[in-house]
Amino acid sequence: MNYLEVQDLTVSYRTAAGELPAVRGVDLAVAPGSKVGIAGESGCGKSTVALALLRLLPASARMGGRILLDGEDVLTMRWGRLRAVRWAGASIVFQGAMHSLNAVHRIGDQIAEPILLHENATPAAAARRAGELLEQVGLPARRAAAYPHELSGGQRQRVMIAMALACGPRLIVADEPTTALDVMIQAQILRLIDQLVGEHGISMLMISHDLSVLADTCDRLAVMYAGRVVEEGPADQVFRSARHPYGAALGAAFPTIGDPASRRSPRGLPGDPPDPAAMPAGCAFGPRCPVAEPRCAETDPVLWPAGPDRAAACVRVLSDEQARGAGVPAGGAAPAEQVAAHPEKEGRTP
Amino acid sequence: MLGSVVSLLAVMLTGFFLFRILPGDPVRTMTQGRAVTVEQLAELRRQFGLDKPLPQQFLDYCLGLLRFDLGTSFQYRAPVAELIAERLWPTVLLVGTGTVIAAMLGLWLGTRAAWRRGSVTDRLSTGVALTLWSVPTFWLGLILIVVFAGGLGGVLPHLFPTGGMASPGVTGFLPGVLDVAHHMVLPVTTMVAVVYAQYLLIMRSSLLDEMGGDYLVTARAKGLRDALVLRRHAVPNALLPTVTLIFLNLGGVVAGAILVEAVFSWPGLGMLFYEALRVPDLPLVQGLFIFFSASVIFMNLLADLVYPLLDPRVRT
Amino acid sequence: MSAVEPPPAAAGGTGAGSEPPPGAGGPGPRALARQRRRRAAAAFWRAYAANPAGVAGLAGLLLFILVALSAPLFVDTADLSVTRAPGSPYQPPSAEYPLGTDNFGRSVLDLVVWGSRVSLTVGFLATLVSVALGALIGVVAGHFGGWTGTVLMRVTDWFLVLPTLVLAIALATVLDRSVFTVILAIGITAWPTTARLVRAQTLAVEARPYIERARALGGGHWHIMGRHVLPNVMPLVLAQTTLMVASSIIAESTLAFLGLGDPTTISWGGILQDARNAGAVSSGVWWYLLPPGLAIALVALAFTLCGRALEGVLNPRLRERR
Repeated sequence: MNYLEVQDLTVSYRTAAGELPAVRGVDLAVAPGSKVGIAGESGCGKSTVALALLRLLPASARMGGRILLDGEDVLTMRWGRLRAVRWAGASIVFQGAMHSLNAVHRIGDQIAEPILLHENATPAAAARRAGELLEQVGLPARRAAAYPHELSGGQRQRVMIAMALACGPRLIVADEPTTALDVMIQAQILRLIDQLVGEHGISMLMISHDLSVLADTCDRLAVMYAGRVVEEGPADQVFRSARHPYGAALGAAFPTIGDPASRRSPRGLPGDPPDPAAMPAGCAFGPRCPVAEPRCAETDPVLWPAGPDRAAACVRVLSDEQARGAGVPAGGAAPAEQVAAHPEKEGRTP
Repeated sequence: MLGSVVSLLAVMLTGFFLFRILPGDPVRTMTQGRAVTVEQLAELRRQFGLDKPLPQQFLDYCLGLLRFDLGTSFQYRAPVAELIAERLWPTVLLVGTGTVIAAMLGLWLGTRAAWRRGSVTDRLSTGVALTLWSVPTFWLGLILIVVFAGGLGGVLPHLFPTGGMASPGVTGFLPGVLDVAHHMVLPVTTMVAVVYAQYLLIMRSSLLDEMGGDYLVTARAKGLRDALVLRRHAVPNALLPTVTLIFLNLGGVVAGAILVEAVFSWPGLGMLFYEALRVPDLPLVQGLFIFFSASVIFMNLLADLVYPLLDPRVRT
Repeated sequence: MSAVEPPPAAAGGTGAGSEPPPGAGGPGPRALARQRRRRAAAAFWRAYAANPAGVAGLAGLLLFILVALSAPLFVDTADLSVTRAPGSPYQPPSAEYPLGTDNFGRSVLDLVVWGSRVSLTVGFLATLVSVALGALIGVVAGHFGGWTGTVLMRVTDWFLVLPTLVLAIALATVLDRSVFTVILAIGITAWPTTARLVRAQTLAVEARPYIERARALGGGHWHIMGRHVLPNVMPLVLAQTTLMVASSIIAESTLAFLGLGDPTTISWGGILQDARNAGAVSSGVWWYLLPPGLAIALVALAFTLCGRALEGVLNPRLRERR
């Protein structure tokens, strides 16, 4: 059974301008011990998904669908149960560790905090455990007395990782864990995460705008665009030969690290993601798509099998597969209003 | 540190300029409305050293300040420094009590208002704070006296004394303390009512600034209760700017003290200032001006020293 | 404070984008500018009207100003004379004297209505003095920077720390008792907040590209400060001004209460001083004490609400907070 299973997740924000959809029906599955990546530009909804997993979104967000963590639906949990599940069942390594750590508390105390909360440990035992965790992430235990501002960016990210491991969770969500770091440190941190997750047999959901980072680290990859998964499959295949034009553009981009411009839009792909208040008719990617056809403005494609163990949401994929006559359900072309359902559940499980 | 020294020098200069140069003839100002002979005026000028040339006066003034000699009061015929020392403690008692209560009340209500932004509690406490903020201190004091000390002209019982710090004829330690506490209720209430509002508003807005902080998401993700997220993570961060502003606003507290003491005849520095104004007793007003300004500068220096204890980022 | 986007009202007129779009037969550039200004004003008003407290404050404000302006229509100054007062002393509120009479037998209502003229005038003028001073010092400090800026800001910081009321009292003590003295004393002590605000805004505005363009085109210091910086800084200064009128009115009443006002005029603070000196506090003549203080509080509250609403419209980050 999958440790994490997200089914038809929708998130919308109530604003003065009305309800704005941020996530429009996302399905994801993370099997025990596996590593799944979510890629996409800023604003595609990937961080919203990460926060939704533990119901950490602001009060103005409305969520729908199901988020099954070890078989339990996070969205319908009682508050007490939810607090118990947070960090102990799944923990998060946030992006930008500078602001994710509290500036006025020592890092040792911040690592020990969830241990004290979830494990009934004595303060001395929690402090000892915090020291051990720091050594596991490659920092001397005496650094526990340091404040966040006394550490470098890479060191702070190590602290975040140590903190995420504190309660021995079965799933770690890494939300852009290396975004603010320079290339060398980025590689170190990725290796560290990879190693620790492997050692402890923890499942991981890693979120990044950088497809190459995800391809290196993860088993499977999902590419998100405008609040939906548009491509999904084994990591190296998605990276090397994406079936969705957006996935292909992301994969070809190899963004320059640290250059905000390439972060916002992959090279060779003009324009911006659509405004959630004014979604284009048909395919959300249509207006920016280099290979768009007239029918793209009429059809809102859903995830469709695109080869063994893969899926993509593009009408071209659909017609290719149709031409090949593989696994086409009755009904032919995807109807315009069809919402992303669950085509081939087993095809999405690693 | 250097800034404080410069500020103190500026206060000295201002004091000299304000009371020796600006009035033209300080003795005329002091004796306005009274019948005085030319000889008396000359005698007064000699007494206050005003017959000497200005540079000489300035030198005497600076040397005097270095020896904590603030001159002689025109009205009391006593050294100003002595008068200040005599009246200092009642003011410290009143201002200290009032500030501590106001700060605690303001920080607590401000925290609650920010945490439940837009709620009835928030609107109510912000509204009350803004209203009290708009009320003149002295008027609030007068109204409290009329209602709670004067009993609205006999309608209500006389709950509290109308002024002063102690009743005559009270002996013994405990009765003495209780008597002073009884006298303090109305003045302290007045001070708190006017001062707490700004603490509330400052705390509220600096906590609202913190509310979007990523570290609060981390804290919630760890499974902490909202109350703990607030107390352990948000409030300590929001306190930093608040403390700075509280110290910066101490000048306002001094002003409040002057008015409260004047209204309640509290025998402190504010009352002394008020009495000196009415004469006007320029040496005393000048001495108190220097003293008040210096103590505010001193408190700001203290804030610079306290701040690192609260914020580790400043410490290193 | 962080950089603030130029408010819509200020965006017209100056800046790079003020040339009208080319279009034959359309309205002239003047008309277009007027149109744009009208639209900006309408948008501004819509944002302001969304804040009910601000609207209430504005309504209260207009009411008080109206009363002050029309006071001569229903108050006979002869009735305000101490020697020829119409009623007998200390009459409680009645149909004839809705707010009772004072120790001389004058109508308290008449006194409060008449007092609003001095209180509001002093409040406005003192604010004008302090805002003008603060804006000048702030713009100069922000524009020139360097030594001039540093020295000016040090002076500002020093004034900011000083207990304002103590300084104002000291000034009012050594100068002659007059309305002018009170205005000066408040104006001279209240400017540093404005100066800080304006300096921060000036720095933000001068970082914009069109200032560079103006400089490259040979615009002198005064041209840049007057034509480009000031118009962009003004809206926030307006909000600050509104807030400051509230504190100026309170300061005026305080000085008058301490006996430092002009003894020959009637102001709210002065009425309260008279009341206290006449023993109204100990004899519990609440109708003499209550109205002037309430008037001060209501006017100050009205200005504060307006100022906060204006600030909220002009500074979206603040709107989030309030």
